[in-house]
Amino acid sequence: MGSVNGKKSGSVMVVGAGIAGMQASLDLANSDYYVHLVDKLPTVGGMMARLDKTFPTNDCAM
Amino acid sequence: MISPKLVEVGRHLNVNIITNSEIKSVEGEPGNFTVTLVNHPRYIDPVKCTGCGECARHCPVTAVNRYNKGLDDRRATFIEYPQAVPLAFGIDTDTCIGCGLCENMCVAKAIRYDDVERESVLTVGSIILASGSQGYDPSKLDFLGYGKYPNVVTSEEFERILSASGPYRGHLCRPLDREEPKKIAWLQCVGSRDTNKCGNGYCSSVCCMYAVKEAMIAKEHAHCDLDCVVFNMDIRTFGKDYEKYYLRAKDKDGVRFVKARVHTITEIPETGDLIVRFANESGQIQEETFNMVVLSVGLQIPETSRELAQKLEIDVNKYNFVATDPFTPVQTSRAGIYTCGVFQGPKDIPSSITEASAAACIAGADLAEARGTDTKVIQIPDQQDVTAETPRIGVFVCNCGINIGGIVNVPEVTAYAEKLPYVVYADQNLFTCSQDTQDKIKEKIIEHKLNRVVVASCSPKTHEQMFMETLEACGLNRYLFEMANIRNQNSWIHSKSPALATQKAKDLVRMAVARSATLKQLNEKVISVNKQALVIGGGVAGMNAALGLGKQGFRVVLLEKESSLGGFSRYLHHTIEGGDIQAYLNQLVAEVLSCDNIEVLTGARVVDFSGYKGNFTTDVLVGPQTEKRTIQHGIIIVATGAKEYTPKEYAFGQDPRVVTQVQFGDILEEKGAKDMSAVVMIQCVGSRNAENENCSRICCQNAVKNALIVKKQNPDTNVFVLYRDIRTYGLMEDYYTEARNLGVIFIRFEADNPPQVTPSPEGMLVTVKDHILQQNLEIQADIVVLSAGVTAEDTSDLCSIMKFNRNPEGFFIEAHVKLRPVDMPGEGIFLCGTAHGPKLITETISQAQAAASRATTFLSKSEIKLSAITAQVDTEHCVKCLTCVRSCPFNVPVFNTEKQVIEIDEAICHGCGVCAGVCPRQTIQLNYYEDDQILCKIDALLAGGM
Repeated sequence: MGSVNGKKSGSVMVVGAGIAGMQASLDLANSDYYVHLVDKLPTVGGMMARLDKTFPTNDCAM
Repeated sequence: MISPKLVEVGRHLNVNIITNSEIKSVEGEPGNFTVTLVNHPRYIDPVKCTGCGECARHCPVTAVNRYNKGLDDRRATFIEYPQAVPLAFGIDTDTCIGCGLCENMCVAKAIRYDDVERESVLTVGSIILASGSQGYDPSKLDFLGYGKYPNVVTSEEFERILSASGPYRGHLCRPLDREEPKKIAWLQCVGSRDTNKCGNGYCSSVCCMYAVKEAMIAKEHAHCDLDCVVFNMDIRTFGKDYEKYYLRAKDKDGVRFVKARVHTITEIPETGDLIVRFANESGQIQEETFNMVVLSVGLQIPETSRELAQKLEIDVNKYNFVATDPFTPVQTSRAGIYTCGVFQGPKDIPSSITEASAAACIAGADLAEARGTDTKVIQIPDQQDVTAETPRIGVFVCNCGINIGGIVNVPEVTAYAEKLPYVVYADQNLFTCSQDTQDKIKEKIIEHKLNRVVVASCSPKTHEQMFMETLEACGLNRYLFEMANIRNQNSWIHSKSPALATQKAKDLVRMAVARSATLKQLNEKVISVNKQALVIGGGVAGMNAALGLGKQGFRVVLLEKESSLGGFSRYLHHTIEGGDIQAYLNQLVAEVLSCDNIEVLTGARVVDFSGYKGNFTTDVLVGPQTEKRTIQHGIIIVATGAKEYTPKEYAFGQDPRVVTQVQFGDILEEKGAKDMSAVVMIQCVGSRNAENENCSRICCQNAVKNALIVKKQNPDTNVFVLYRDIRTYGLMEDYYTEARNLGVIFIRFEADNPPQVTPSPEGMLVTVKDHILQQNLEIQADIVVLSAGVTAEDTSDLCSIMKFNRNPEGFFIEAHVKLRPVDMPGEGIFLCGTAHGPKLITETISQAQAAASRATTFLSKSEIKLSAITAQVDTEHCVKCLTCVRSCPFNVPVFNTEKQVIEIDEAICHGCGVCAGVCPRQTIQLNYYEDDQILCKIDALLAGGM
């Protein structure tokens, strides 16, 4: 995967798989780019997956 | 809320998730970077691991549970949390004793004790840094007693305490004795707004909101009348509708807000209670005792992110946030590398999501010519028509390792399934979700000419899509599939009653088989997408949205009702950081006008509108001659903007010495501050009052910005800012600090006792009650500057034509305040800028680029597949009672007065089923969930003799 002879690559790397990294990845993948989503933890989700409920709707964060 | 996103990234064909990994180096140039990654060992093969959890259940080693912030334990073999993606375990080798039990127990043979660190090299065109933040560690602030007193916890720990999946299973209790607290204090600004003790001068932007939330949720959880006190300097609920939430907490739920900075916390050793010592507003030291204290810790950039920035040669600011320009908010100092989320600056979830989409827009625009060159596409064979065939059902019963098989007698359930009506094949699998089982299912579908498939395993939430794709891959319609959840709803909860669990599994399988026989093949309608976009509003938001799309190669028609582009920003001079708005605007307008893909129509007014996502038609009258244009477009971006509130207060309009902040900006630009001896600014004019409960977000920074200009031009001018809470959120706190250092005087007043302004020939006499001195102050000012709020543009005509929803203040409503901040409820329609709510120019630019990114997800496709799960009306038996019209949450059913029938447009139907449920004549059916398809399950259940 990737570019040859100086042509542009159609892939993007997103570093950090919290809510921001996931949203950027989904937008790009749904716009026909290939995404490598990298995180140092064993799972995606970041800080938001560690919250109970969220402001201001009090919906469950998970 | 985040779970569906986890599942979506986990299943996306074009997202490659690389966990346990870090960047080692980046070489090359924009469009063509070579990235070397270090892949740390997981010790369990994520491809083979099915997430059954047997390894963790048998692991004898106890380790600290990082997910629950160390408040409970987990095993050395672990998964972060049950919904984790990828759903694969790992081994924490810091604690693992290498006993080999997990390896022996793992039926999938996924354990890899000999796993090692590897390196991998990837080529990418752009890079987005979204590495986020961590909570500030308060153990350095010894006066708070964190780490010493067990009942002093951080807000991150308190989130886990409140959570049903947390250490105390959602029961509100304190760590020391697991007693339910009756009185809890929150301490704001721990690790934020504090250059003295921790060095973080910025405001973390989120803590006020989460503290309010935690207090309200804690009150809900409590069995007694829980007393919640939030100690704060300012409450900064500056986001859209956030003020209303704060007022609800304060006035309805009785959360107490005390303006004070806490001096010390000491523990009463006998009880574990905590004495909070603080100075009240008049400077007196007070004490109050609490059962528990929550430290509202700020957002901090981890050391690893600072190192990452260094490795990538990217500039960071003094707090280690990525350095960005106010007019290019997601661009780092290195071309081709972008940033979003908290690494860019402190921000909340909706702003992070918005900025993430903005980064996707800009990163994608760089690579527009290579779009689609690296993506994978699934080839689906032609579908066979089985409509006329008698059902031939195949049942696949899962053991899920021993998750199901250890409790439920799976061979017995399989043998039972084989005898059920229409079942021609039944078998059991170790893991039905594994790749080799998918191949086996495909084989059996072909071998036995199966035309329905039932899988008895786990939850359709996580696995249904995958099995449906397996059906599709051998030409069977995806809707001829049904699941029975014999794990989550059976073996896991009835593990102590294996015989009954086996019986229940049979019942669930019988119900699923009965339903599957009634399933019909459904075809998803495919509609083409018109690749042109319509952007309404030619201000900073509309122009950035248009450029975002134009640079991605899409045609855009940009409508502006005035005769020239620019919107409200034409009246603004500088950002608080010093960015020249007029220079930026000129360059932006030039870029828009020279972009071949953008057609600008000024003096334009929308007069008619129809269509649905992918295919809209809008009629516009253009220019002085009101020439009619009909525009076909696939998406819409709404960017109609807002304006400054025109005050009715403080003699505005009657005395020329009373001006708004925007007018004051003009005065400073034209004449400067050299002749001013005293300036008084009054905050919250037209905001946070009975007419407009919301905070206008931008006025505090506007006041600080103009106060700084005055002080820098003329240090002798006395500048007073009369305020209720100063809301210079994020990095703007530094400017507030600078203003105080330069001698700007900030005086807080109460909402029910606002300042008085009396004009006189000598000047404007401003009287305000000072809360520290507890007496009235009189200030003689040359000029009174009102920090007037933000009012939405009047869009009632547009809304009556295009049917957009607005809130009571006239701002457009987004699809979801948290997760879909730039999408509007109607699909294919997006929102940005101040039309959404008050915001700064930098935030407007981000949101506009985000709207372009969201729109690109539509425009990059030639066609859209609509969901087959939509409501159908039997018009022959319908009595036109209009119950469906009134009940639909999306206003989809309409009564066609010409044809005299109810119509439900499947292109816009969300498939929620509300109309089918409320229809008194049962003339509406929801595809895939027809009445018979539900009722037959109940019949099948009762047939078992219950």
